[in-house]
Amino acid sequence: MRIVCPFCGERELGEFTYLGDAKPVRPAASASEDEVFDYVYLRDNVAGQMSEYWYHGGGCRAWLKVTRNTLTHEISAVEPAAGVGARKVGA
Amino acid sequence: MVGRAQTHRLEKGGLIDRSAPLGFRFDGKTFAGFQGDTLASALIANGVKLVGRSFKYHRPRGILTAGSEEPNALVELRNGARREPNTKATTAELYDGLEAASQNRWPSLRHDMMAVNQLFAPIFVAGFYYKTFMWPAKFWEAIYEPAIRRAAGLGRASGVADPDHYDKAWAHCDVLIAGSGPAGLAAALAAGRSGARVILCEEDFVVGGRPLADGGTIDGMPAAEWISRTLSELAALPDVRIMTRTTLFGVYDGGTHGAIERVNDHLPSPPEHQVRQRLWRIVAKRSIVAAGAIERPIVFAGNDTPGVMMASAVRSYVERYAATPARRIALFTNNEDGWRTVETALGAGLQIAAVVDARPDVSPAHRALAAKAGFPIMNGSVGGVDGGKHGVRKITVSLTGGARAEVEADGLAVSGGWNPAVGLTSYHRGRPKWQNDIAAFVPDSAPPGMVAAGAANGAFSLGACLRQGFAAGAAAAQDTGRSGKAGTAPAADDEAFSLTPLWHVAGKGKAFVDYQHDVTASDIELAQREGFESVEHLKRYTTLGMATDQGKTSNVAGLAIMAAVSGKSIPETGTTIYRPPYVPVAIGAFAGHHRDENFHATRLTPSHHWASEQGAVFVDTGLWKRAQWYPRPGEKDWLESVTREVKAVRGGVGFCDVSTLGKIDVHGPDAGAFLDRVYINTFSNLAVGKARYGLMLREDGIVYDDGTTSRLAEDHYFLTTTTAKAGLVMQHLEFCRQVLFPELDVQLTSVSDQWAQFSIAGPKTRDLLREIVDPAEDLSNEGFPFMGAREVTLRGGIKGRLFRISFSGEMAFEISVPARYGDALARNLMLAGKPLGVTPYGTEALGVMRIEKGHVAGPELNGTTTAADLGLGKMMSTKKDYIGRVMAGREALVAPDRQVVVGIKPVDKTSRLRSGAHIIPKGRTPGPDTDQGYVTSVCFSPVLDQWIGLGLVERGRERIGEIVHTHDPLRGEDYDVELCSPVFYDPDGGRQRG
Repeated sequence: MRIVCPFCGERELGEFTYLGDAKPVRPAASASEDEVFDYVYLRDNVAGQMSEYWYHGGGCRAWLKVTRNTLTHEISAVEPAAGVGARKVGA
Repeated sequence: MVGRAQTHRLEKGGLIDRSAPLGFRFDGKTFAGFQGDTLASALIANGVKLVGRSFKYHRPRGILTAGSEEPNALVELRNGARREPNTKATTAELYDGLEAASQNRWPSLRHDMMAVNQLFAPIFVAGFYYKTFMWPAKFWEAIYEPAIRRAAGLGRASGVADPDHYDKAWAHCDVLIAGSGPAGLAAALAAGRSGARVILCEEDFVVGGRPLADGGTIDGMPAAEWISRTLSELAALPDVRIMTRTTLFGVYDGGTHGAIERVNDHLPSPPEHQVRQRLWRIVAKRSIVAAGAIERPIVFAGNDTPGVMMASAVRSYVERYAATPARRIALFTNNEDGWRTVETALGAGLQIAAVVDARPDVSPAHRALAAKAGFPIMNGSVGGVDGGKHGVRKITVSLTGGARAEVEADGLAVSGGWNPAVGLTSYHRGRPKWQNDIAAFVPDSAPPGMVAAGAANGAFSLGACLRQGFAAGAAAAQDTGRSGKAGTAPAADDEAFSLTPLWHVAGKGKAFVDYQHDVTASDIELAQREGFESVEHLKRYTTLGMATDQGKTSNVAGLAIMAAVSGKSIPETGTTIYRPPYVPVAIGAFAGHHRDENFHATRLTPSHHWASEQGAVFVDTGLWKRAQWYPRPGEKDWLESVTREVKAVRGGVGFCDVSTLGKIDVHGPDAGAFLDRVYINTFSNLAVGKARYGLMLREDGIVYDDGTTSRLAEDHYFLTTTTAKAGLVMQHLEFCRQVLFPELDVQLTSVSDQWAQFSIAGPKTRDLLREIVDPAEDLSNEGFPFMGAREVTLRGGIKGRLFRISFSGEMAFEISVPARYGDALARNLMLAGKPLGVTPYGTEALGVMRIEKGHVAGPELNGTTTAADLGLGKMMSTKKDYIGRVMAGREALVAPDRQVVVGIKPVDKTSRLRSGAHIIPKGRTPGPDTDQGYVTSVCFSPVLDQWIGLGLVERGRERIGEIVHTHDPLRGEDYDVELCSPVFYDPDGGRQRG
């Protein structure tokens, strides 16, 4: 598998580390235990398009949001994961 | 080596170099061949027909094919450590002095005792090991399996380390082509002329494919001349690379292909400093599979007799190697292509005994040829073969209409049609589709960017191969943005290919489908009767196609027979899933250079070479080599050395390289706020010039890592991590910074490799440090108090960082200098410390002192403990949010009966405490219900003069003073211990503050 890092260009899988689902957003400090539990543990088991965190540890150390089809491994988008797991202002 | 006469070598012709004779040995006998031979062609040239015994029945076997699909002619190649079992004689290139031995026979190939298995054939049917060796169950491991393994062996591994080197390499191109036959070469021409970067892999050592044996006319010239001109043109193109002896064996995601290059397998051993094989990962934007097709056998009784050979292989041996597998050859074909063999044989002066053609009719041209050459054409099929280990003597023909005929011949060429090599195109779970006119599976889909062309795509005529290959090459180049002119495609005639499907001729005697695994037509019929109709079941029940050849010659025939007996069509029956690798690849090639001391990278601390000179004993800590202790002459064991080191530190001064700790610079106006969110305690209120111990959790509330963080400036912190988590903490902090807290203005820089860091500890630390740092630096308790941290100037002007932190419990500093000065610092500490009796100490003494002091480390930060378990619950801030805060409050993580860190010492001071021993209440029987924890860390404490330890024990802190029991079933040690405070040494901390 190969990932096109937005900073480094197309690189081989071995340079990257996988973390998992990029959907959950870290709850506010005031969140209940249940909300945080969901954030920490609940993940969708997606068959198809999924956005995932990948870390380019063998390159620029950027965390990336990779849109990948879990059935075909086809990667349709790669972007910096800046703020992806953060609560949006006003949300 | 002097060989006997090559009795079956033609006077002239062939792509062999008669000026380069080679001697070789097979089963101890000496033979001769020529440069350009394979082991198989050389054996044929010497009249050797019997080359091996079959897997299950130990039947005599000869050479069936001339390529990598060979199921029979497997040998042990080379000797000693280089002995390689199951090597195909058909692809092994001959070299002078080659030694090979046949396999699976005892005591010799001609007199194989195990051939008696044939008498027991009725019990060796499909699934025999499930049926015959069922009872009693315990006999399986002890008796049946070893006996079966002995009897049904392939070759023997050498049993010793491989002396050769293997390499791994990457290559990138626009267009990757598998195969150098007409389709592959035409594709390379088109793509190369268009300006594409092209790599063409050819598994053979000669480029050209089938025309090397079958000739033909391309662009009005003999195929050989066209190939040679094409190679010249390709060589002149800027970026076309042809890799021979290289098999493309797999395709993976993102256009990554696997290829194995047999760099030096054609030599007795690789030249000095060269590798034997190289594993390639080739990244290609487009790939073209021009891997050709494999001729398939017809299943009939005795079809495994030595001397029965694929018709195309007969032509290869005669035309390419000038070696004659037989002198009077019969041909059994169901298609037009098989007839080429007649022309080849007659051209070489061989006799044709008969042509048995299963098609209803043959052309008038063939009839005229038969009349001229004087051989009969028989309409029908071969029903049996007379012969044995000496080869074919006679064949029995069932003529259409029911009559029988016998033909005397010493060889039988068979052609059942051709199967396109659909492996590569099917490796992403693609299922090939059935094409009726050639009665074969052809690619239906392919991995992204891949197409098949030529015979691999079911196009069998020379003209079609050239057209398809050229078109595919031009299209692939276009797709990759190369717009040069491809020019005109090479042209050749489209010879007719007519075929009447014939898979199996019913008759008496064993008719083999899978030669390598001894699977017969009746095994498939039996599997169907027993309900194993699905092709995946059929494969596993009969082991059809599961040998090292992966059924290249057998799978389709097996499916066809299953289809016939189950009353389905072949496409309905379907194919099994295709998986790489296409040919066996040595594990050594996948390992490459990553073996022995190069299995992983080795990291050396800045003082490593100095420590080596001191005679240090090193321990592997992850990738690092760390000095474990420094033995001195006369010390009888490690314990004596370590005890000396601890006493020297506690009584004087010592130093230890701690550069392996992870080190991260945190910069920016929000650096403090950032650290507040990742540590359980607060760092934003840390004064500049001070250090603080920090603990971070995982988001699930479990402790992740610890270390000290110093504030060197208002917007600059320097944090350390444990050695083990150095990389992971950096990754975690980057995640927090980039993904979770993008609003914070903070930057992280890993400086682990930039700083050499030493711990200097003991009451005389200041005396030693004053010799190292600039005299202007104030090291007094007032000028540099406990937990102070700042940049200092060293004697000579080098800038360093000094931290007054203590892991040992003694008055101590850690000093950082740029890594390149680490070695010099160690040497200077030794020199300056000589009058003080300075003692270098290793990780063992470091561990002893941290246990005496009750500091937690890896065994306690074990991925199951909370901050409170470690006795650090009070550090958890209630005034801010941080990673892991909410989950750390979960019911079970704050339960009062959790196992928490406590000190442990044996009641009998002579007992040796052991890590891993279980803690059981006194007087209770050890068991899961009475288990209350375990010992995590132990050491011999020179201060207390006994073994002590730390443990995780249920409600441990409430039970200080209680006598409990340790239970160590592994070592059989059980005795009483006292639970005590984990701080064994200097509990009020006066020494480190002093």
